[in-house]
Amino acid sequence: MVVTFPHMGNIYIALKAFFDELGIRSVTPPFCSNKTLELGTRISPESICLPLKLNLGNYLESLQCGADTFIITGSCGPCRFGYYGVSEKEILNDNGYPVDVVMLDPVSGMGLLYKRLRKITGQKSILKVIPALKKALNIACLADMLEKKIFYIRPREVNTGSADKAYGRFKKEVYRTHGIKNMLGLIAHTCDELGTIPLDQTAKPMKIGILGEIFTIIEPYTNLNIEQKLGRMGFEVHRSLNASTWITDKIFYRSLGFYKNPEVYSAAKPYLDRCIGGHTWECIGHAVLYAQQGFAGAVEVLPFGCMPEIVSKSILPQVCIDHKMPILTLVVDELTGETGFDTRLEAFCDLLSYRRRKINS
Amino acid sequence: MRIGMPFALSSYTYYPLWKIFLEILGQEVIPSELTNKSILDLGVKSCVDDACLPIKIFHGHVLFLDGKADTILIPQIMSVQKKEYSCPLICGLPEMVRYSIALKTPVLELKINLYKGGEDIAHNMETFGLQFTNNKKLLKHAFQFAYEAYVKQQKALQKGFAPEWMGQNLPQNGSFFGTLGVLGHPYVLYDPFLSGHIIRYFAQTGFDMLTPERIDEDTASRYAKTLPKKMFWSAGRHLYGSAMHMAAKKVDGILYISSFGCGVDSIIADLCERIVRKSSKIPFLLLVLDEHTGEAGIKTRIEAFCDMILWRQKNGRDVSPHGQYIHCAQGIL
Repeated sequence: MVVTFPHMGNIYIALKAFFDELGIRSVTPPFCSNKTLELGTRISPESICLPLKLNLGNYLESLQCGADTFIITGSCGPCRFGYYGVSEKEILNDNGYPVDVVMLDPVSGMGLLYKRLRKITGQKSILKVIPALKKALNIACLADMLEKKIFYIRPREVNTGSADKAYGRFKKEVYRTHGIKNMLGLIAHTCDELGTIPLDQTAKPMKIGILGEIFTIIEPYTNLNIEQKLGRMGFEVHRSLNASTWITDKIFYRSLGFYKNPEVYSAAKPYLDRCIGGHTWECIGHAVLYAQQGFAGAVEVLPFGCMPEIVSKSILPQVCIDHKMPILTLVVDELTGETGFDTRLEAFCDLLSYRRRKINS
Repeated sequence: MRIGMPFALSSYTYYPLWKIFLEILGQEVIPSELTNKSILDLGVKSCVDDACLPIKIFHGHVLFLDGKADTILIPQIMSVQKKEYSCPLICGLPEMVRYSIALKTPVLELKINLYKGGEDIAHNMETFGLQFTNNKKLLKHAFQFAYEAYVKQQKALQKGFAPEWMGQNLPQNGSFFGTLGVLGHPYVLYDPFLSGHIIRYFAQTGFDMLTPERIDEDTASRYAKTLPKKMFWSAGRHLYGSAMHMAAKKVDGILYISSFGCGVDSIIADLCERIVRKSSKIPFLLLVLDEHTGEAGIKTRIEAFCDMILWRQKNGRDVSPHGQYIHCAQGIL
């Protein structure tokens, strides 16, 4: 059995370390690229959302590297993501790939979830699996912290691109690193490397928040590296959702009936008072919080046809008016052209700079 | 109070329940007109462009009622069954309308949420009714009457009658050429404008039409249990179960009518198509409607589909002129 998983932001770092630590053979799919999307789109249903197309592309590329068991998590609705596993398995089998898709979701009961987890971990002692899971989660948190650091450095660095260079090296190195201990070492090393980058201490970059659907926010290929683009234009980016916070919130807080960031939900309350699926509630809450924290603006990114985010798209203009913070909505899918995307982003950033000058004068 | 009721989305299912409930409580109910071109245009102009067509049409109905009533009823249907949801757009409908349209008329929200179980729809409706009267007995009475009317409507649909707003000329008696399974959400199938008078048209083609409403909840749920994971959309579960029931009953063809941008259909229609094609030789046609669809285009395709079935019954030997099945499930396309 060779296990593989779809890309979703930094999750691959933690998952790779986890499987290597337990000695489970795994394939980390190559980073998402045009080829991935093209492979995935060819066999996907026409009107499905972008993440499923990319997932399938990842699977097909991993298949070529010898993978035969796919892992996917799932929620229990009402967003389409909850049914990805079933749909993906049908599609792959129909296209002549007799693969196994293991759905790690709590919907069908904890017993079944445990059984499925055991299917992957095999005969390994549960006393070994649980500490490894815990450490992998720690790696996910650290990887997100690393990116947060880069968001801070980008608009301030003296030589543009030095942070990206270090991070690019890190991403390449991850594929060659085995085990949790080595992965932690790599993260620490990259962290030190980032610390040595000379910064312009006088720079006072404006802040931009990234809102929207979690997959498009954290997967740099789908949002055409929006964070890097904004960073190079001199803006400090804040990401509203992270893979690690998503996992900790879902697994630990929600199962106990709590929320990790209750202030987000109370901020969203005047506009939306309940969860309608996906991250609409969080998106509205973060938009309000960004405005209150004095962010210059926010960008909402969503895949075409994303059901929950369509609702936030219709609410955000009101948030924009009430809190006097410009919000740009960008919809991405397999037909998104980079130039069109850049033009709109640049125009938005120009607008923010004019606005700031006007407020200052 | 005059309460405007947009005749779109869930109204196609729950219209009698809400209308009679409110009328017994002494309110006047003003339903909007059946969908027409001007309502569609109003909706398309005011709604976010990514939303699916029925949602846009709902916005049009709300705009149509704006100023004509004292308040507009917008249902907030989170869930109609334990551990199941509605589609996220239907869950967030009141918010979508409120922030897309600058309404002159206040909005009346009707909250239905049976996700946790325990409560039933009567409880939800009676809580809603408390703003009109404090008389608990009257509320109970009103709900009972309204529910009876709703059950009566569902029973008529189950027998194959078209809903009253579509004319009473169904079902057609006499011999049918065969049975066609017609799948789709009720607000697509029974909206004469959106689906291009599909029901009336079928009455003329000589095919018996098997809609999801003709298949009872238990049968559909039983078939839906064959899915490897619990289906969490009530509408999706019923559609999938109906499709499997149709396949098991060996209908002569299955027609899935979907609207562009429908998230539930993007999963369910695809799953239905794959499994129907894999497990049987029943022809399957997926029609996707949007605001640019012309009635003639829909009719041409349905006509061709029906002709194909008739030829198949007469002399077709299930041999494709291409030599192979042309469908992505077979890995050719």
